[in-house]
Amino acid sequence: MIPPAAFLLLSAVLFSLGVLAFFVKKDLLTQFMAVEVMLNASNLAFLAMAKASGQAAGQVIVLFVITVAAAEAVIGLAIIVLIFRQRRTIRTDELKDLRG
Amino acid sequence: MVRYFWLIPLLPGASALLLLLLGPRLSRRWISWQACLTVFLSFALSLAGFVHLVRAGHGSSGLAKTLLPWIASGSFSAAISFAFDELAAVMALVVTGVGLLIHVYSVGYMAADRAYSRYFAYLNLFTFFMLVLVLASDIVLMFVGWEGVGLCSYLLIGFWFERPAASKAGMKAFIVNRIGDAAFIVGVLFLLVNVGSSSFAAINAAPAAGVLGPGLVTLVAILLFVGATGKSAQIPLYVWLPDAMEGPTPVSALIHAATMVTAGVYMVCRLSGLFAASQAASSVVAWVGGLTAVFAATIALVQHDIKRVLAYSTISQIGYMFLGCGVGAYAAGMFHLVTHAFFKSLLFLAAGSVIHALGGEQDMRRMGGLKKALPTTFPVFLVGALAIAGVPFLSGFFSKDAILTSAFAGGHYVLYALGLSGAVLTALYMFRLIYMTFYGQTRATHPAGTAPHVHESPPVMTVPLVVLAVFSALAGFAGLPVLLGEKANWIGGFLEAVLEPAAHHLALSTEVGLILAATAAALAGIAMAFVFYRKRPDLPERTARSFPGIYRLLVGKYYVDEAYDAVVVRPLVRGAETVYARFDLGVIDGALDGSAAAAASAGKGLNVLQSGLVRDYALAFLLGAILFLGVLLL
Amino acid sequence: MRDSDFGLTLAAGKTKYRGKFHGLGYLRYPVALCIGSVLAMILSRNQAHNALFLVLAFSCLGGLFGLLDAPFAAAAQVLVYAGAIMVLFLFAIMMFNLREPAPRERRTLRTFLAAILGLVLFAELAIAAVRAIAPGSVSPGEPDGLAGLGRLLFTDYLYAFEITSLLILAALVGALALAGKKEGG
Repeated sequence: MIPPAAFLLLSAVLFSLGVLAFFVKKDLLTQFMAVEVMLNASNLAFLAMAKASGQAAGQVIVLFVITVAAAEAVIGLAIIVLIFRQRRTIRTDELKDLRG
Repeated sequence: MVRYFWLIPLLPGASALLLLLLGPRLSRRWISWQACLTVFLSFALSLAGFVHLVRAGHGSSGLAKTLLPWIASGSFSAAISFAFDELAAVMALVVTGVGLLIHVYSVGYMAADRAYSRYFAYLNLFTFFMLVLVLASDIVLMFVGWEGVGLCSYLLIGFWFERPAASKAGMKAFIVNRIGDAAFIVGVLFLLVNVGSSSFAAINAAPAAGVLGPGLVTLVAILLFVGATGKSAQIPLYVWLPDAMEGPTPVSALIHAATMVTAGVYMVCRLSGLFAASQAASSVVAWVGGLTAVFAATIALVQHDIKRVLAYSTISQIGYMFLGCGVGAYAAGMFHLVTHAFFKSLLFLAAGSVIHALGGEQDMRRMGGLKKALPTTFPVFLVGALAIAGVPFLSGFFSKDAILTSAFAGGHYVLYALGLSGAVLTALYMFRLIYMTFYGQTRATHPAGTAPHVHESPPVMTVPLVVLAVFSALAGFAGLPVLLGEKANWIGGFLEAVLEPAAHHLALSTEVGLILAATAAALAGIAMAFVFYRKRPDLPERTARSFPGIYRLLVGKYYVDEAYDAVVVRPLVRGAETVYARFDLGVIDGALDGSAAAAASAGKGLNVLQSGLVRDYALAFLLGAILFLGVLLL
Repeated sequence: MRDSDFGLTLAAGKTKYRGKFHGLGYLRYPVALCIGSVLAMILSRNQAHNALFLVLAFSCLGGLFGLLDAPFAAAAQVLVYAGAIMVLFLFAIMMFNLREPAPRERRTLRTFLAAILGLVLFAELAIAAVRAIAPGSVSPGEPDGLAGLGRLLFTDYLYAFEITSLLILAALVGALALAGKKEGG
């Protein structure tokens, strides 16, 4: 049988790749996608633990994460669209307004 | 129907909520109907529950209902639960019955007020909290009602908040009550810690079960009683009640005469098991009550404001109730509470009718000769005055006599003498008020110099007066003296199921003698008033001139307010000013300015790290997450 | 049914264990596909391709969810993630209409630092994963299946569930308010 640790390891790999993608990429859209990868990695970990402990609560949380991710994607994309309309760019190294 | 007794407090509560939310959008007609009807329904439910209890007779444990769990913390838990036993039934009937009449009366009295919906919202809210206080089956929930009625009292005293005197009086009431409440809270905490339960049943059983030591019982009882002196305006915390007369007159009748101020008496009766277990605490209760009864009555003798006379009279009468409780006659105290609710609210409402007729005049020196002009108000006022003075066969006679007899029977002769002299004074100041207001020549003057148009109040105000007058006259027959037979004292027997019984019995001749003495006291007071204020109107002034010291002391209300001002208020204010100047400006502001400056310079230093790039912030975030996870893994 | 654990016993039984990766049996294909497509996303500079790679990765993950006895999560994963969310991304990309691919990323100190930190994070997560499944740290049991999930969702998590609907409504309104305005309006 496949030990649950294997799935948790896969989750760790995906999460780290997501983190890496977030820092390597320079356009907002792809960075946003990287965030989605991280969310999915955590979902995988939840499901693996739910399976291992026999508690369905992990699955419930995954459903919530997916729902929240959908809402987040809608809002996030709307914001990105708005930024693009105003600046004609979505490159994060050109957006420096937070500098005080 | 009886099963739904827990709706008794909730109905006015819901009405209050609705009025607070939607008040200004509702028509006056709707507001009047809603406010009165909900209180009427509560009254009907109370009456149904009362009848149920009477039918069930002794041995029924009353009705109980737990609505919601409320606090559950460790071993301590409190629920929102109501109980409807004999004591609560009597009190609920008084609150809803008198409350209903006063709601109806207010429809007329407040008809011209701009804040009509706010007034009825507060009045309903008060009824809600008062009923929570009455029906609560544990002391924590009772405290919620206790604080709630205090809040409503504050709101209603300061109802006309554009008058500085009114908002000041509201604050005074609130602060003085708070002093008492602090002691009350400490007492409740002692009970919670030592008894481990907040239900009245457990607390009343605690002294007998040995859960509370005798010293602790006395301490707790006295702490709770200090709370009662605040709420029920007894020495030393009575000073707020006379000022509370700044509120609308129906409010004075409902809150500051009939119901809220008697909450302290109700609380002592509720915990009669606790108070009866401590001889010392009972003595404190009795002595404070007795002294207050006489003390306030003497001040009432020289007041000129018609409502203030009644306010001091209320303080004095509540003193009687505590005197009764203190000598162990809890049922007599409750009985006096009930009769007092009738005749005192009657007197207040009738006084309100007088004030209404004179266009807002409250000074008795500018009244007089109103007997003819107010054909309904005068007779009902007279009934109320006779009842409070203790003239035979009116309600006040029986209830006051029950208290005095119990004091005598318990061997408290000094307290008995205090009570009796208080009775003389009561009759004296009440009939001084009657003669000054209704007899003689009119001294009323309009601001312009012409006599104002005096008119009787509309029926919506006079009908409640008549109803209250009937009850003031007849309510006494619920508690006839024991000498007329064992069953004569019906209310005493009814309340025996809940209260500690009064144990003493007197010989027939002694009891007859006591009744004659009480009657004589009342008549003596009335006779004195007749001589002083009707036959020889020059006498009061001459007496005042012969005893200038005493007179000035009385007019100055024993200078208690001034003493409190000098001893408590001014040192407090001065201390606060010192602390403000030294500590607040120096230490706290200094520390604040310093930390702000430190933050500003640190911010300048750290500004370098702020690139404005989201990625850099995310990197810092990642570093934090890694460190956090590392700590978790270690 | 001891053998139904992870639904893979058949595959695992036939496979000779040649290193950890091959120990996954048939599972190695979706796992490899998943990791591979995420890597491809990192390397590719075309946003549309990136989005398609992610669709692939999420679909693979959906399969894995199914193998973890979570059919509902698997379906939601494929429908919502691979379907709805990623299509939304594609729409957004279409709106930007970036003709030229994103410029080549420069290897900066920041990227290097991020890679190091990512590795550290991976190490930590791996340790946590191994520890989490250490013998005795969890008590295995059978999940109650779809019906159990539904019951849980409408009892213990009812409030959260209802609040989620509010959240989605808020997102809907928010997105309209943010992006619904006419250009320059």
